[in-house]
Amino acid sequence: MPDLLLDVKGLETQFKTPDGIVHAVNGVSFGLKEGETLGVVGESGCGKSVTMLSVLGLIPSPPGKVVAGEAFYFGQDLLKMSKEEIRHVRGAQIAMVFQDPMTSLNPVLTVGLQLVEPLMLHLGMTRKQADARAVELLEMVGIPKAKDRLGDYPHQFSGGMRQRVMISMSLSCTPQIFIADEPTTALDVTIQAQIIDLVRRLRDELGMTIIWITHDLGVVANLAQRVMVMYGGYIIEEAPVKELYFNPSHPYTLGLLGSLPRLDEKGRHRLTSIDGVPPVLYEKPIHCPFSPRCKFAVEHCWKENPPLDDVTQGHRVACWVDTKTGRER
Amino acid sequence: MGRYIVRRLFYMMVVILVVSIITFGLMHAIPGGPFSREKALPEETIKILNERYHLDEPLWKQYVSYAYAVLIPHITTIPPSTSLQDDFLVNAQIGSVWFRWMNFGPSFKSRSRTVNDIFRDNLPISAQLGTMALIIAIAIGLPLGVLAALKQNTLWDYFGMGISILGVSVPVIVLGPIFVWVFGVALKWFPPTGWGAKPPYLFGFLPSKLGWDFFKYAIMPSVALGLGSSAVIARLTRASLLQTIREDYIRTARAKGLQERVIIMRHALKNSMIPVVTILGPLFAALVTGTFVTELMFGIPGMGKYFVTSITNRDYPVIMGTILLYAVFLVVANLIVDITYAFLDPRIRYD
Repeated sequence: MPDLLLDVKGLETQFKTPDGIVHAVNGVSFGLKEGETLGVVGESGCGKSVTMLSVLGLIPSPPGKVVAGEAFYFGQDLLKMSKEEIRHVRGAQIAMVFQDPMTSLNPVLTVGLQLVEPLMLHLGMTRKQADARAVELLEMVGIPKAKDRLGDYPHQFSGGMRQRVMISMSLSCTPQIFIADEPTTALDVTIQAQIIDLVRRLRDELGMTIIWITHDLGVVANLAQRVMVMYGGYIIEEAPVKELYFNPSHPYTLGLLGSLPRLDEKGRHRLTSIDGVPPVLYEKPIHCPFSPRCKFAVEHCWKENPPLDDVTQGHRVACWVDTKTGRER
Repeated sequence: MGRYIVRRLFYMMVVILVVSIITFGLMHAIPGGPFSREKALPEETIKILNERYHLDEPLWKQYVSYAYAVLIPHITTIPPSTSLQDDFLVNAQIGSVWFRWMNFGPSFKSRSRTVNDIFRDNLPISAQLGTMALIIAIAIGLPLGVLAALKQNTLWDYFGMGISILGVSVPVIVLGPIFVWVFGVALKWFPPTGWGAKPPYLFGFLPSKLGWDFFKYAIMPSVALGLGSSAVIARLTRASLLQTIREDYIRTARAKGLQERVIIMRHALKNSMIPVVTILGPLFAALVTGTFVTELMFGIPGMGKYFVTSITNRDYPVIMGTILLYAVFLVVANLIVDITYAFLDPRIRYD
């Protein structure tokens, strides 16, 4: 598929821990089309962030290691690049914003300095040009009196403002791909909405390709065109956003949607929960990683891990069971 | 910030006052006195000596006289004499009037010297040695710690931390004689004992000429003294830096594509310096006011020995002088450390 901007194939990432090797990402493959917004959802620890960090070579190593896979970006495999080569991709071509704006900015450096760093590095601007651009960037993300705030330190900004700074920083070199790793999780709800509006506006203005990692299905419904659900380091379902919400096929996706309050449904519904906790995989399971928590699990589920297969056009599911009928496919 | 410093200076005075009272009380509580000898002096003689130095007065009165002599400036038209009772640290002449301040009293042991003589002659040498040792400690410890942190769990790390363990565990009392023998006696690179700088000193403590004549004496003891501290600094730097490079903002810096060198120097190092700076204060005070063992090993006429001998000699004015000096250095160094925090971390503001 030549029209893919980013093409990840068979990505596997492991962490060495004192208790053994944790299999965090287990053969994840996905593609990203130019201009689309891809939502990645799943519980904490399901491998969403690690997948994206692996692609950018940001896994702390040791203990982490990308053990297999390819990630093609403009014909080049990001995973095989040297440290120096991938450094020129990071921030310039593919930018990432992280979950906690309170800790993601360096507390001892001014916001201005942190903003101009990538501009001077990747675009070769002088400090003066970069300062001017930094003001534009801060104005773009809606920070009032941007010019006066370059000399301020991160602690002088509120959480929402810091996340705006983070976003402006990652967009400073107009990257091709913008990866947002739960950028609204640490913010309160009204600020969340503002940030999401901001990203949507910027996407429409700048035509960015976005990967939006979250555990909030509501946010994804708002923003994404396509959604990928991850569990235990596997992609277990992938579909266009409407298809996924109207026609969820994996028991885990069903569980996630069932735990979400909805305004559009008539009558009273009890919110459901998924019993148990996500697994920490010290070994690659032979069975479906979700089967211990799955209401639909049949014998086959305990014997073989289902592959991610197309059920309909563009809708891929990794499950042996047809959740509509409850019977094995 | 200004108000904070004024407030701190006030607290410091309180601390020094308390230290002086405790020291004064403790040293008089130790049995024996400055004139106790193995072969006891005649009672008559001791009585006369005690009267001479006002040791027969009640303790509170002695303390008040001491505090008066040290704290209250004497403004007089009589020029300074050579009397041991009349030796002030500060002697300023304004017209025909003398402004004289801080009389720490005579030494009971060295009858021809005063505590101020010790401050004038011996303290500068200790300060030179201590400053050199501190510079060496930082110059070795900081890069070693950074290197060990960046190359964590590699040979570099084990090598650096191994040296550091060695530095902490081998005391000067072992290192000193080895240095003296190897570099002083066998190789004859440096003179085995002595000190190069002679008065007058710049600003009261800096050697007026910084040449080989100074360094050939200073290098060996400074390295011997600084090595132990460099090990402490190295371990602290390593631990602190390792913690810092796991912070989210370091990941942000990496995600921006910055060079590793910039990430460490600009983003990580400043953040990891707070614990290191914290120990530099007390370390500075300890090194600069004199180190008994190092000075003894290398035959350096510094102040270190007075900390120890003054107590065994019950040399009351010297005990008070040395301890107060140490206390002043310690509280001032800690104030400087606290002010440095504000420069390292903009979140720390004192008002």
